[in-house]
Amino acid sequence: MSEETEAPDVDPTDDATPDGDTVVEAVEPEPEPDPNAVAVTLNGREVVAQKGDLVIAVAESNGATVPHFCYHPRMSSVGMCRQCLVEVDTGRGMQLQPSCMITVSPDMKIETESPTAKRAQEGMVELLLANHPLDCPVCDKGGECPLQDQAFAHGPGESRFVEEKRHYEKPIPISDLVLLDRERCILCDRCTRFADEVAGDKLIHFTQRGNNTQVMTFPDEPFASYFSGNTVQICPVGALTAEPYRFKARPWDLDQVESTCTTCSVGCRTVVQSSRDELLRYQGVDSDPVNHGWLCDRGRFNFEATNSDHRITDPMVRTDAGLIETRWSGAMSSAVGLINEALSTGGPDSIAILGGARGSNEDAFAWGQLADAIDVPYRDAQLGDGLPIEVLGQRRATIDEAANAATIVLIGPDLKEELPVLFLRLRDAAEKGRSKIVEFSAVETGMSRYAWKSIRHESGTQHDAVTAAVADADIAAQLASGPVVVVVGRPNLAESADATVAALQNVLNAVPAAKVLPALRRGNVVGALSLGMAPTSPDGDAIAALNAAADGKIGLLILVGSDPLNDCPDTELARRALAGARRIISVDTHPSESTHLADVVLAAAAYGEKSGTTTNLEGRVTTLAQKVTAAGTARPDWMIAVELGTSIGDRSFTGDHPLADVATVDDVTDAIAATAPLFPAVTREALAASVDGVMSAQPAAALPDVTVEVGGRNSYDYRLVVNRKLYDRAVGTAMSPSLAKLAPGAGAHVHPLDLDGIGVAAGSDVRLISAKATAVLPVIANNNVPRGVVWAPFNQSGAGSIEDIIDAAAATTDVRIERI
Amino acid sequence: MSRLSDHNVVLAKEIIARYPKQKSALIPLVHLSQEQNGYVTEDAMRHIAELVNVTPAEVLGTASFYEMFKFEPVGKYVVNVCTTLSCALLGAGELMHHAEEKLGVKAGGTTADGLITLEPAECQAACTEAPCLQVNYRHKYRVTPADFDAMIDDLRAGKLDGEIPPHGTLGTQRQHIPDDKGVGAVHPDDVTDGPAWIPAPAPEESN
Repeated sequence: MSEETEAPDVDPTDDATPDGDTVVEAVEPEPEPDPNAVAVTLNGREVVAQKGDLVIAVAESNGATVPHFCYHPRMSSVGMCRQCLVEVDTGRGMQLQPSCMITVSPDMKIETESPTAKRAQEGMVELLLANHPLDCPVCDKGGECPLQDQAFAHGPGESRFVEEKRHYEKPIPISDLVLLDRERCILCDRCTRFADEVAGDKLIHFTQRGNNTQVMTFPDEPFASYFSGNTVQICPVGALTAEPYRFKARPWDLDQVESTCTTCSVGCRTVVQSSRDELLRYQGVDSDPVNHGWLCDRGRFNFEATNSDHRITDPMVRTDAGLIETRWSGAMSSAVGLINEALSTGGPDSIAILGGARGSNEDAFAWGQLADAIDVPYRDAQLGDGLPIEVLGQRRATIDEAANAATIVLIGPDLKEELPVLFLRLRDAAEKGRSKIVEFSAVETGMSRYAWKSIRHESGTQHDAVTAAVADADIAAQLASGPVVVVVGRPNLAESADATVAALQNVLNAVPAAKVLPALRRGNVVGALSLGMAPTSPDGDAIAALNAAADGKIGLLILVGSDPLNDCPDTELARRALAGARRIISVDTHPSESTHLADVVLAAAAYGEKSGTTTNLEGRVTTLAQKVTAAGTARPDWMIAVELGTSIGDRSFTGDHPLADVATVDDVTDAIAATAPLFPAVTREALAASVDGVMSAQPAAALPDVTVEVGGRNSYDYRLVVNRKLYDRAVGTAMSPSLAKLAPGAGAHVHPLDLDGIGVAAGSDVRLISAKATAVLPVIANNNVPRGVVWAPFNQSGAGSIEDIIDAAAATTDVRIERI
Repeated sequence: MSRLSDHNVVLAKEIIARYPKQKSALIPLVHLSQEQNGYVTEDAMRHIAELVNVTPAEVLGTASFYEMFKFEPVGKYVVNVCTTLSCALLGAGELMHHAEEKLGVKAGGTTADGLITLEPAECQAACTEAPCLQVNYRHKYRVTPADFDAMIDDLRAGKLDGEIPPHGTLGTQRQHIPDDKGVGAVHPDDVTDGPAWIPAPAPEESN
């Protein structure tokens, strides 16, 4: 009331001062009063909050600790745990209120530490501990447990409860990765709220009532969410534990360092934790522009691959007895010998370097510099599974811009499978009503149910689908209503990138102001492409290199953390290429089919074993940190490139070459900032100063002109759509036992009515015949696959291989299904 | 297979159409499935989840909140012995103990002949008549062990058929609403005025 009477008095004077007094130019103008500012009294101190702020958030940001369990700043408040009781006076006298359920109001008085508030908080701890077992010594959470910590800080110290505690069978697995101990659960609703609000996988729910309330899955329907690990991280007690970390360490034995996940190109911030020089856990860090604290399970648990027994620990050289381990000096001189031999016999045109997206910026830069020094025409950080580099040259959107755009146009793969945390951000934008998603896809994706329009098109015709869509009055009005961000990736590994490039061009023609977020999947693919590992011409990309190798024109194929035999959509081409290349050098962390064919294998340090920087799909550069010693004698990729570069005769890094005199990874980071055209802002000082990373500059490039040819199907009556799943045979998952078992396995998914038409039973093997080859795969009935389409997951283990029948040269791949 | 029958699917779709949000039909559909099978089966919960576009876990989570939804087969007569305060003070514990001995089952169990299920229950709003119990939700007041024995014998002999309905799990609400009686579903976003039964607020007087 007092404010209402004051306001009319203040306003005229505010208006009068600038109008009436024109002399006071030197005086700083009074800042405009913030219309959303709310003044409150917190523990006797005046603080200014924003309208709509929760009392608990205002208290915490002003240095007052309020104990809490259920409140989480990235999820809605539910007031489940009642632990955050504070005294609040809104004019009716002090009253106890849960501070996570009440927003600030003018002249509110808040007491977080008054005797009444403290007594209430102590009472809540005592109640929560009435049933919570005191098994902290054997609980994984002990030592980092909010309940333990807050019982110590805000608890009464002893309990009046003498009754027997509640008992349940424990622990019970609620998924392949997560176990639930219902006795420890304090029913804070964090995991169930996460599953509902953030992940959209409502597979866990409170069941029963009152004293029997418990978190539970439906019988035989496990909590098989790609994001289940987050529930373990946000559980405020030890009720949820993750299989890969259970009983591995005590929190006080863990040492940690902040880093960036490079499993995909979203670049989620993590802490990497280890004990006794072994990686034990990754936890998400709340990076406001990127991951909001969340990680996908693949990124969270693939530290097992770094720890794997199946690492390449020492360099190997091929002898008559096969690949044998040797010393670095011997392996490096063999590698230098192979490069010099290739240069002298076939010249630079006979060398191809594929890879670089797995490593750091420093790795890619050093290999790019080596490729420049040798003048290699064939180089690519993608393996025919991405998009032309010009896509990076469009006006690039940040993730935040995408998640706040009025319209998100999605032309690409299933983000939930390939870029899971980007999926969470865009899903949130759609669910909260900030954005409308227009999805173009040949099959149903994880995003389809959140899309405003999910437009199905025949694979290879997305450009026509876009043209038709932008002519639609509703969609045109929506596109005109505000900022548009196009998220574009490779929607189908069994079609060429042309239709996608044309579709992107058609969107940009209709909405010239639209920004583009490239949804390229590989960890540091944007960094690698920006730092010298991009093909210098369309004739020098991975598919061209593999074709040249298959034709016997490649004397030396250098694979930098790439496994074309499993990771290139056209594995048949890759197989001919690796057979056709005269010599192969492989730089890798784990043995793969491709390393088995190499003449020299150089052991590379894996994630967590090297420091440096990485670039995410926005162009955001963040730091990578080394946490453990590299396996065996493995070295970071950049070091290998620099050593090769200084030893290859007249093309070596000498004189004023930026890498002539580097000794540490920091020197390489400095060299990038000094010489890479897009990275002048990315200095070590800038990286150290910014928690959100530093944006690299963006090149400007026109999209290539493409003509999309989609031929008739002839007798091949099913169009093939091949997509990556989150869990496949990539080393990070295949070498992580907890994740490897989650891969769905190879199979051809067909609509049940099509199956009836062919006359085969689901589960039986069928022969898939394309114009190029034949594969035998089990057939799976799948209602989400449109009629006339065969959908198959990429790079899965199983008897047959769908990759065999993909033709990299064709616009699309059509197949015929035959009974066996 | 205890998904909803074809007939009940038709009814389920009619019920779903009554609500602005599909999910709101969840509890009526759980009633429907319990009427069909005598208890709520896992398959029925999966089927309901499909029908209202939620996960089976949500159906289980919602249905298991309610005491009158059964997730296992129950006897023809469900006997709920109140164990809340007033009844507890006046001998509900002894009555329950006696009932267990008489029926030969623990609380929560069903007699071997499938006739009677014995359950503890929370307050049945008959505290002045404690200890009380319900048989298929029909009250019995001030029940002594002798009363209980007599009641069980009567149930077994069929003497209470007129008084006690022959089932304890069937819903009594009308599942089918004739067209001329329905009011239709209005989406909450489309409601501009207050509900029809609350008079619109008088125009605000100027201060």
